[in-house]
Amino acid sequence: MSKQATFRIDSEQNIWKTLIEETLDKAKAQGATQAEVGLGVSKGLSVTVRLGEIETVEFHQDRSFGITVYAGQQKGSASTNDLSRASIEQTLSAALRIARYAEPDPCAGLADKADLAKEIPDLDLYHPEVLTPEAVSVWAKECEDAAREADKRICNSEGASFGQSENYRLYGNTHGFLAGCPSSSYSLSCAVVAKDAQGGMQRDHDYTVSRVLQALKKPRVVGIEATDKAVRRLSPQKITTGRFPVVFSADIASGLFASFASAISGGSLYRHASFLLNKIHQPIFPAWLSIKERPHIKRLLGSAPFDSEGVATVDRDIVKAGILETYLLSSYSARKLGLKTTGHAGGLHNWFVSTTCPDLASVLKTMDKGVYVTELMGFGVNGVTGDYSQGIAGFWVENGHIQYPIQEVTIASNLAEMFKQIVAIGGDIDTRRNIQTGSVLIESMTVAGN
Amino acid sequence: MSENALAFVEKQLLAKADLSLAQLEKVMGQLMVKQIDMADLYFQATHIESWGLEDGILKEGSFSVEQGVGIRAISGEKTGFAHADDIQLLSLESAVRAAKSIARGVGNSNIASMTALRSKQPSSSRSLYVPTDPLLSLSEKDKIALLHEANTLAHDIDSRVKRVSVSLSGSHEMILVLGSDGTLAADIRPLVRFNVRVIVDHNGRIEQGSAGGGGRMGYTYFLEQGLSQSMVKEAVRLALLNLEAKQAPAGMMPVVLGPGWPGVLLHEAIGHGLEGDFNRKGSSAFSGRIGERVASPLCTIVDDGTLPNRRGSINIDDEGTPSQSTVLIERGILKGYLQDKLNAKLMKTHSTGNGRRESYASLPLPRMTNTYMLSGNSVPEEIIASVDKGLYAVNFGGGQVDITSGKFVFTTSEAYLIEQGKITQPVKGATLVGHGPDILTKVSMVGNDLALDPGVGTCGKEGQSVPVGVGQPTLKIDAMTVGGTNHE
Repeated sequence: MSKQATFRIDSEQNIWKTLIEETLDKAKAQGATQAEVGLGVSKGLSVTVRLGEIETVEFHQDRSFGITVYAGQQKGSASTNDLSRASIEQTLSAALRIARYAEPDPCAGLADKADLAKEIPDLDLYHPEVLTPEAVSVWAKECEDAAREADKRICNSEGASFGQSENYRLYGNTHGFLAGCPSSSYSLSCAVVAKDAQGGMQRDHDYTVSRVLQALKKPRVVGIEATDKAVRRLSPQKITTGRFPVVFSADIASGLFASFASAISGGSLYRHASFLLNKIHQPIFPAWLSIKERPHIKRLLGSAPFDSEGVATVDRDIVKAGILETYLLSSYSARKLGLKTTGHAGGLHNWFVSTTCPDLASVLKTMDKGVYVTELMGFGVNGVTGDYSQGIAGFWVENGHIQYPIQEVTIASNLAEMFKQIVAIGGDIDTRRNIQTGSVLIESMTVAGN
Repeated sequence: MSENALAFVEKQLLAKADLSLAQLEKVMGQLMVKQIDMADLYFQATHIESWGLEDGILKEGSFSVEQGVGIRAISGEKTGFAHADDIQLLSLESAVRAAKSIARGVGNSNIASMTALRSKQPSSSRSLYVPTDPLLSLSEKDKIALLHEANTLAHDIDSRVKRVSVSLSGSHEMILVLGSDGTLAADIRPLVRFNVRVIVDHNGRIEQGSAGGGGRMGYTYFLEQGLSQSMVKEAVRLALLNLEAKQAPAGMMPVVLGPGWPGVLLHEAIGHGLEGDFNRKGSSAFSGRIGERVASPLCTIVDDGTLPNRRGSINIDDEGTPSQSTVLIERGILKGYLQDKLNAKLMKTHSTGNGRRESYASLPLPRMTNTYMLSGNSVPEEIIASVDKGLYAVNFGGGQVDITSGKFVFTTSEAYLIEQGKITQPVKGATLVGHGPDILTKVSMVGNDLALDPGVGTCGKEGQSVPVGVGQPTLKIDAMTVGGTNHE
């Protein structure tokens, strides 16, 4: 059937399934009222080429086995990367021992049986390939060569890397749920250093990533984009402190929505550690903005048939007409809040943010004069208060056009205000991320420079 | 590390798996084909536990075991790497085949007998921390009692404290390195951490505060001199302070940094830029600048992996080189880089004992240990008094640096306005941004109050995390961009 015999990452799934079933049975026999096991296997190859020569060849192979047991409402967890029977036994004992010391938590336990995925759709996430370091180094070299040849100002390179990984994760629990999902991922990235006449250096990078090898961008395209990004940053200036509109480029704008996701996740809410407490069914964004979640899109990076506790993932409107439609809950956080799980244990799955205009150029035109941010630095996002203060690199924009690069500048505001002040979102959507959005224009932020 | 520790780790890691040193030397022989200049085998076994208390319930505990072997072969600037999570001969041999695939040569090179080489290697008999398992340093009952006491204390201090999360974690790591240069070394590294986070609510305004610390010792450290209680008080103090915080200022101004953890400035602005890999490749803003003035003459900065019990300390690095104290900047002049074996060899110098890796599953890189600035002569009060209008920043969250442009940021978590030489108003968290190669030329006063951080630092590089320390005395930087929201 297949052209070439390939070692599939899930080829030993029957052995592992038996191991999980036996461990769950043993857990019950040893006093657990409920138990769950996650087993992960991954392998990978990564090759870096720098200045035309292979720099590193890395082979990765990892396994993990984690068990959580509940003795009534007392919980204990343990994990190991040694999948021998003796080691699994010890891991189970460790989990049971911890459960004896833990104190009853009324919300502890597996997801309710009724919420577990009943059918596991095939999301077409696994596309294995037999690749050798020599073969992939050719692509990395082509990528880096293109980057270095694209502009005379490229003075150095941090290399181009090709990465391949295959993952298989099985999850089973004492409700009788046992399912796994193999997946593959390929990436090619390149980082180069440009130098201006004064000797100032700037580094930038580009990358492509996909579950399917053939769907990666061409190595040359990635290399040339990395060079364009590094070169246009050369000879940056500081700007005068003031209040200005700010555009976040598509690749970093997803971070704004990731902060939103964190603020509406059950863990932040039940801890009262969110600036969006009690905001369900209230306007968070302007009325034209919507965010849809679509977990079952074939081949996408954020697709998953079920969440990390076996709960079925389903299509959801997260934000509709600017209004928050749902929190992101696991069964534990749902119980803490007196709600039902939304299938978000372990995170979100493929978000699509609505757009208002065709491309970046039209977003910059709408802004007219202000700051176009292409890189964020730092950890100045406070999830409890929404206070936001980050270092940036980017460009000064006037008359809707980029004027010159800027650096050593900060932008600050509060996320709740920033969300309300989203004026436009471009159609220049970055499809490489779990949250897909175009560039985002925010009406006004404090920009600090000189 | 004493001979005893080596024998102990050898027994724990190798003998259990029926592996002998003689077999490993044979494996090394298979690895050292022609064209391979250097190779090492890195064995590791780590036990980790953590306990978490939230809403007054000890609701989470976990225990994990991680072990494996990483095999590296180097040929010129090329590195081949593979790892296995089961420590046995068969897996070792297959990893060796993968790692040496970077060299096309066949047949053994003429390496001298390992035993003969070994005598040339410096041996370290240092013991910066006790090798005993910290997980066993307190009974489970006492660990849980410690967490409950912390929770109760936090609520007792102030009724505005609404939620408290406390955690205690510890790890016990054993490593053994066998290198083609004759290295045979082992280290046993304990590491503990205590953390508390509180959420306060006053008339609907919600703020948080957190504190913690630890190091390479047993859990009893937290019981000494009421340390865990001090950390709880600190977390509550910070949370309540945040309730009072006003908008932070925006723009260029003088910044006074407090002693201790604000040394994260040095880690980001200077430390990373002096790591050997970036400088060998010429991609750092500090490349080729040894001997040049990069800081005011008041500044002397070292990276010191030899401080007893510190979180960033190591007896030997992950290539088996004894850790050391390396002068990075002396009275403002750039003196040296931080090196691992690969980059030292390519730059024709010696490893400074800074070759560190997150685990057997990742490659060693030049990394910092404990990075700090030595004390100066100014009295802290006099430094504050010298500022007409500026920011006094005492506590920070994380930082980040762009090695190539030299731009770095770090974000305050406790800061105050200085007005007419006096500390006046607490302000909200703000990101400070600067340029590494010139920020320290703007240091005009250095305090006499050097302090190290409480043991909270974790440094990330190329996806690998390692524990580190930082420290500094009170410092005055004449001008820095402060990223608040308040622009007059």
